[in-house]
Amino acid sequence: MTVAISPPSKKQSDGLQPTGWLRYFSFSLDHKVIGLQYLVCGFIFYLIGGVLGGAIRIELASPIADFMARDVYNQVLTLHGTVMIFLWIVPVVNGAFGNYLIPFYVGARDMAFPRLNAVAFWMIPPAGLLLISSYFITGAAQSGWTAYPPLSITTPAAGQILWILSVLLLGGSSIFGGINFIATILKLRQPGLKLMQLPMYCWAMLGTSILVVLSTPVLAGTLVLLSFDIVAHTGFFNPSLGGNAVVYQHLFWFYSHPAVYIMVLPAFGLVSEILPVHCRKPLFGYTSMVYSIMTIVLLGLVVWAHHMFTSGTPPWMRLFFTIATSFIAVPTGIKFFNWLATLWGGRISLNSAVLFSCGFIVNFVLGGITGVALAQVPFDIHVHDTYFVVAHFHYIVYGGSVFVIFASIYHWYPKFTGRMLNESLGRFHFLITFIGFNLCFAPQHWLGLNGMPRRVAEYDPQFTVINQISSVGALLMAISTLPFLWNVVQSALSGPIAGDNPWKALTPEWLTSSPPPVENWSGKAPLVTEPYGYGVPEEPLNLEKTSNIDSDLGSKSE
Amino acid sequence: MRTPFAILTLALVITLVLGGLWIGQNVNLLPVDASANAPVYDELFRVLFSIGAILFLGIVGLVVFSLIKFRRRPGQLEDGLAIEGNLPLEIFWTAVPAVVVLFVGLYSFDIYDRMGGMVPLAHDAHDHQMMDMKEQIWGGIGSVADASSADTSLAPLAVEVTAMQYAFLFHYPQGDIISGELHVPLGQPVTLRMESKDVIHAFWVPEFRIKQDIIPGQPTLLNFTATKPGRYPIICAELCGPYHGNMHTKVIVEAPGNYDTWFSNNAKTTVSEA
Repeated sequence: MTVAISPPSKKQSDGLQPTGWLRYFSFSLDHKVIGLQYLVCGFIFYLIGGVLGGAIRIELASPIADFMARDVYNQVLTLHGTVMIFLWIVPVVNGAFGNYLIPFYVGARDMAFPRLNAVAFWMIPPAGLLLISSYFITGAAQSGWTAYPPLSITTPAAGQILWILSVLLLGGSSIFGGINFIATILKLRQPGLKLMQLPMYCWAMLGTSILVVLSTPVLAGTLVLLSFDIVAHTGFFNPSLGGNAVVYQHLFWFYSHPAVYIMVLPAFGLVSEILPVHCRKPLFGYTSMVYSIMTIVLLGLVVWAHHMFTSGTPPWMRLFFTIATSFIAVPTGIKFFNWLATLWGGRISLNSAVLFSCGFIVNFVLGGITGVALAQVPFDIHVHDTYFVVAHFHYIVYGGSVFVIFASIYHWYPKFTGRMLNESLGRFHFLITFIGFNLCFAPQHWLGLNGMPRRVAEYDPQFTVINQISSVGALLMAISTLPFLWNVVQSALSGPIAGDNPWKALTPEWLTSSPPPVENWSGKAPLVTEPYGYGVPEEPLNLEKTSNIDSDLGSKSE
Repeated sequence: MRTPFAILTLALVITLVLGGLWIGQNVNLLPVDASANAPVYDELFRVLFSIGAILFLGIVGLVVFSLIKFRRRPGQLEDGLAIEGNLPLEIFWTAVPAVVVLFVGLYSFDIYDRMGGMVPLAHDAHDHQMMDMKEQIWGGIGSVADASSADTSLAPLAVEVTAMQYAFLFHYPQGDIISGELHVPLGQPVTLRMESKDVIHAFWVPEFRIKQDIIPGQPTLLNFTATKPGRYPIICAELCGPYHGNMHTKVIVEAPGNYDTWFSNNAKTTVSEA
C-alpha cells in the first residue's frame, strides 16, 4: 500500500510542485503552503482594509464632509466592510489556520481534497483584485456591505455588479473550504482517534463549516437575484416593480448573522489551543466546550432577524428573535468561564500569545454584553444603525477575531518558520493595539447613544471631540502594525532558531520539525489522544482553592 | 487560610455587585428624555448597564488577578494544576447566565409592552369603513390612530410621513398642512404613518428613544407622546445615498396653545392657496 501511494506523491513534489519560496506563488497542494498563502494574502487585504478604515476616521475627524466626496465615502465604507469580512477575517481564521492545523490535528498528511483546497484559495486573490479594482475602473459599490435594495439597485450598477461577483467568488471559496474541513475532520481521522479526543479547534472548525455550508448558498442565491434586479430589471426586491425590499434583508441576514459565528467560532477554537499550552494546564471543561460550540451553531441559525428590529417586522417576530438571541449568551458564557478556569491555578507565561488571548477575552466580553443589550428589542430600537452598533461589532470582530489572529501568529510562528519572534516587540505590539483599539471604539458607544447614526460622512458638531479621540485611537492602531510587520520580517530572516517544540506543547503539529516536512511527519503520524494532558496532579491543599472559584466566579455572573 | 479567603471573596463580590448597581444608577450616558417611553427605556438601560458592569468588572478583575497571581515566576519549571473540569461548577455557570438572560428577556418584553410595542399593528383592520382603504402595516410601534372611536381631547394626532432622498415631509391630514419640520403638541399622542418614495430611510429621534425604518412599498408606523417642550433632531439612520449624513430635520414640541397657533396659521394658508 505504501509502495502504491509513494510514487505519485514523489512525482508531484519533483515535477509539478515547485520547491522553495516559489511554492507560495504556485498552485501548491500542500495544506501548509495553502494555509500560509491564506494568511499572507489575508494580511495584505487587512492592510488595504485598514487604509480604508483610516480614510473613514480621517473624514470623521471633522463634522463636515471635507476629506473626500460623499459618494467616494460610501464606496470606501462599503469596501472597508467587505474587505475586512470576506478577505481578511473569514479567510484567515478559517482558511489559514484551518488548513495549516486541521490535518495535523486529525493525524492526516493533507486535507481530504487537496486540489479543491488549492482552488478555494486561488479564488480569493482574483476576487479581491476585482473588488479593489472596481473602485478605479467604475467606482465601487456604494450601498454598504449589506447592499440593501432599493439603494443597491439605484446606485451605479457597474460597481454593485462587480461587488456581487467578487462576493460570489469569495462565498464559493468559503463553501469549498467548508466541505473540505467537514470531510477532513470526519473522514481523515487516523484510526484510534475518537471525536471527543480532537483538539478544540477541530470542533470549532466543524461547527463553522456546517454554518458555512448551510448558510453561504443562501447569500449566493440572494445576490444572484439582486444582480437580476440590477441588470435585467426584474422585481424581486424592487418595490416599484412589485418586489419586497424586506425579503432581501431576511435572506441576507440568514447568511450574515451566521457569518459572525464563522468569524468568531474558529477564534474561540484557536484560543482554546493557545491558553492550555502557555498556562500549562488542561483545557477546562472539554465536553461543555464541545456542546457549547454546537449549541451556538444551532442557535446561530435562528437569530438573524435581530438585525431587523426596526425594519418591517411584526411584534411577535421581534419578540422571538430577542429571546433566541439572548440565549446565545449562555453557551458563549460557558466558553468564557471555562477559559477563566483554565487560567486559574496555571503557570502562565505572560508572552504575546497569552496577552493577545486575554485581550480578546476582555474585548469580547464587552462586545458580548453590548450584544445581549442589543438583542433586546426596546434597547435596539434606540441604538440600531448608530455608532453604538459600530462599536459593538468592532469589539466582536476586531477585539475578538483579530486579537486572536495576532495571538495565533505569535503562537504558531515558530512552527511556520522555525524561528522565534521577538517577545519584547510582541508585547509592545499588544500594548499599542489594545490601547489604540479601545480608544478608537469605546467612545463610539456614547456617540451612538447620543444621536450619531452610522455610515455618515458628516455629523452634528457636538460630537466632534469624541470623534477626534476615536480617530487618534485609529491612528494608534495603524502605528501598531509597524512593530508587528518589522518583527515578522526580521525574525523570519534572523530570529533565534525555535526548534521543533519551543512551547513544549502536546498537540500533533508540534511533534514534527519546524517547519514541518511535506506530508507532515517523516515517519508514522503520532496518535495524540490527550491533546491537553498538561499539569501536575491536584493536591489536597490546592483543592480548597479551586472550590473557591465557585463562589468567586458564580456570584459575579449574577 | 480558608476562612479569610472565603470572606475576602464574599466581600469582593458584594462590593462588585453594589458597585455595579451604583454605576448603573449613576452613570448617565443618554440624552434628555423627551417622550413618554424614554423614561421606560432609561429604566431598561440602567438595569442592563448594572448587569453588564458587574459582569465586565468581575471578568476583567479575574483575568487581571489570574495573570498576576498565576504568572510563571523565574525558576518555576513545573506545570499548573491538572484540573480538567468541575461538573457542579459548570452546571452553576450554565444555570446562572440562563436565569439572568431569561430575566433580561422577560423584563425587556415588559418594557417593550409598556412602550406600546406589543399592540397589534393592524389594530383597526376591524374598522369596516377603513378596511378596504388601509394597506397592511408592516412594522413599527403602536397601532394606527383610529380617530373615529376616540372621543377625548387626547385623541392621537395623525401625521403622514414621506421620506425621500434626502428629506422628510410631514403631512397633517386634518389641516392639509405639508411641513418640512414635525410640529407636535406637548402631551398628546402622535401616530406617524410612514412611507418612502425611493430607498429605505429610518426615522430616529434620540431624545424620544424611538426608531423605525421607512420602507418603499411597505408602510410602517410609529406612536409616541412628547413630554418635554423643545426642538429635537430627527435623523435618518439607514444608509440612503451620498447625502445620508445630511438627511435630518427637527421635531418641535410645543405647548398645546402654541401648537394650535402654528396649526391654524398654516392650515389657513394652505386652504386659501388651494
